[in-house]
Amino acid sequence: MQLGEEIAQRLAFGQALVELGAEKPNMLVLDADVGPSTQTHLFGRAYPDRFIEIGIAEQNMVGIAAGLSTMGFIPWISTFAVFMTKRAGDQIRNSIAHPRANVKINGAYGGLPSGRGGATHSAIEDVAVMRALPNMIIMDPADPQEAMVCARLAMEIEGPVYLRTVRCSVPVIFPEQHKVEIGKAITLHEGKDVAIISSGMMTPRALKAVELLEKQGISARLLHMPTIKPIDIDAICDAAESIGAIVTVENHSVIGGLGGAVCEVAAEYAPCRIKRLGFPDIFLESGDDEVLFSRYGLDVAGIESAAKLLAEGGKKNK
Amino acid sequence: MHENDISYLESIASKLRMLVVETAHTAGAGHTGGSLSEVEILTALYFSFLNVDPSRPDWEDRDRFILSKGHASLGYYAALALKGYFPIDDLKTFDREDSTLQAHPDMHKCKGVDYSTGSLGQGLSIGAGIALGGLIKNKKFRTIVLLGDGECQEGQVWEAAMFSGSKHIPRLIAIIDYNKVQLSNKVDENLSLEPFAFKWEAFGWNVLSVNGHNITDLLSVLSRASAISAQGPVVIIANTIKGKGVSFMEGKFEWHGKAPNDNEYIAAMKELNSSK
Repeated sequence: MQLGEEIAQRLAFGQALVELGAEKPNMLVLDADVGPSTQTHLFGRAYPDRFIEIGIAEQNMVGIAAGLSTMGFIPWISTFAVFMTKRAGDQIRNSIAHPRANVKINGAYGGLPSGRGGATHSAIEDVAVMRALPNMIIMDPADPQEAMVCARLAMEIEGPVYLRTVRCSVPVIFPEQHKVEIGKAITLHEGKDVAIISSGMMTPRALKAVELLEKQGISARLLHMPTIKPIDIDAICDAAESIGAIVTVENHSVIGGLGGAVCEVAAEYAPCRIKRLGFPDIFLESGDDEVLFSRYGLDVAGIESAAKLLAEGGKKNK
Repeated sequence: MHENDISYLESIASKLRMLVVETAHTAGAGHTGGSLSEVEILTALYFSFLNVDPSRPDWEDRDRFILSKGHASLGYYAALALKGYFPIDDLKTFDREDSTLQAHPDMHKCKGVDYSTGSLGQGLSIGAGIALGGLIKNKKFRTIVLLGDGECQEGQVWEAAMFSGSKHIPRLIAIIDYNKVQLSNKVDENLSLEPFAFKWEAFGWNVLSVNGHNITDLLSVLSRASAISAQGPVVIIANTIKGKGVSFMEGKFEWHGKAPNDNEYIAAMKELNSSK
């Protein structure tokens, strides 16, 4: 894939499964009737004997995967994040997280972009729910390239991983040799007036906002968090101490996700001014992804203006 | 099976029953009623039917057992201890801080536990996953899942039943401890499971039923279940009595999640000793 190319992140994830399937004969993929949507059908086509169609029964899917994991298999379970984390929430907690089952969870259709599915299909609280579970690693990749890297990394970890992917196209910002370390932020831009901490598909647009800010003489540090749990405490503290103003940006509710995690760390170790960009405490509606994103300031202009406000305040504080 | 063998197994069951009451009394906690109803089932499984080796709890070809009704851990731990997975003395630590014997079975803390359980309705899916894994790997071990009757009100049980029946998963045997009483009331009065056997049949399972306190009958139904499970999943509906063996506990929902106090303990042990 080329830098700047727009590719559906779900497609990259589906292709990553096919690649990994060739290398890992003990990898299985389970889906709950949404394979053509989550793109796990690509794996099903490539390895029909290792693809298990569960039917629309997410709770059972989790348990089947838990059982398979005791037999030396590494199962991926895949369905829409909104159903995965709540319909099967108790099963993920008690059959996967507590027993530390080596099961990989794909929360597809993370956040707003759900194919105009509206309130019932927009997973705006999946990270909050999963973040509260001990033993759970949470990945929120920025682009198609990083989604592939994260899928591979998840296979190398012994234990549960929640990998959030989005339905829509996202521009490629990382090269093929891109690497992700668990619990480590990636600094995409250095700056001193304001820090922007973003995750998932918000990172490419935060990167654009940073470039626009620079043209206006505002120097912003951009930290991308590929893993929301564990979170990079050092990077947050350093931004809080050396810059003193942070904007968090996520394709998620402002409650309990990346913004919540950053606030928890900063409040405890290095209090500073923080603005959380994300969905307010409401259910979303159906409609065009970008119209709705911009309604909540989750477009380039929204990130730019929030960062500008904080940069000015940050300078004043110094 | 030999006459003597049955009396040996009956003596094991009697011992387990006393260990359940003792452990609950010592801890001042535990689910006594549903642990007493499963005693003969666990005896038939661990002391005759299951191909397991306590010195090799992770042996790849062992039969698997999942206690889906994880709250009935008193009976389960007593059976595992008597089988030799850990010292019987460990039962005194049940439900205490830092004990390997958690209120609900933890596979990482307690030897012999094939999967952690506690939240009802999840064990059959896990068992089906294990059995499916065995099928893919061409293994011949059997997977047995013990469910409570009240637990069968959970939707996930029927998702797992539909999956296993529709995919004809072999060597998967579910046993229902049908003691007719759940936490707050009689099962029939809360939410009836009937016609129970027809439901399992409709989901593609072979259904057998048995007196769950008769060890001779349990052994014969298990052996039949094992034979026919080569074709697909089998459920054994074991008719039992909650609190079995202690007259003042029998059939009483009040004894679902209660441990005997000192006086109740003395009375219960007296009765269990006299019926040995």
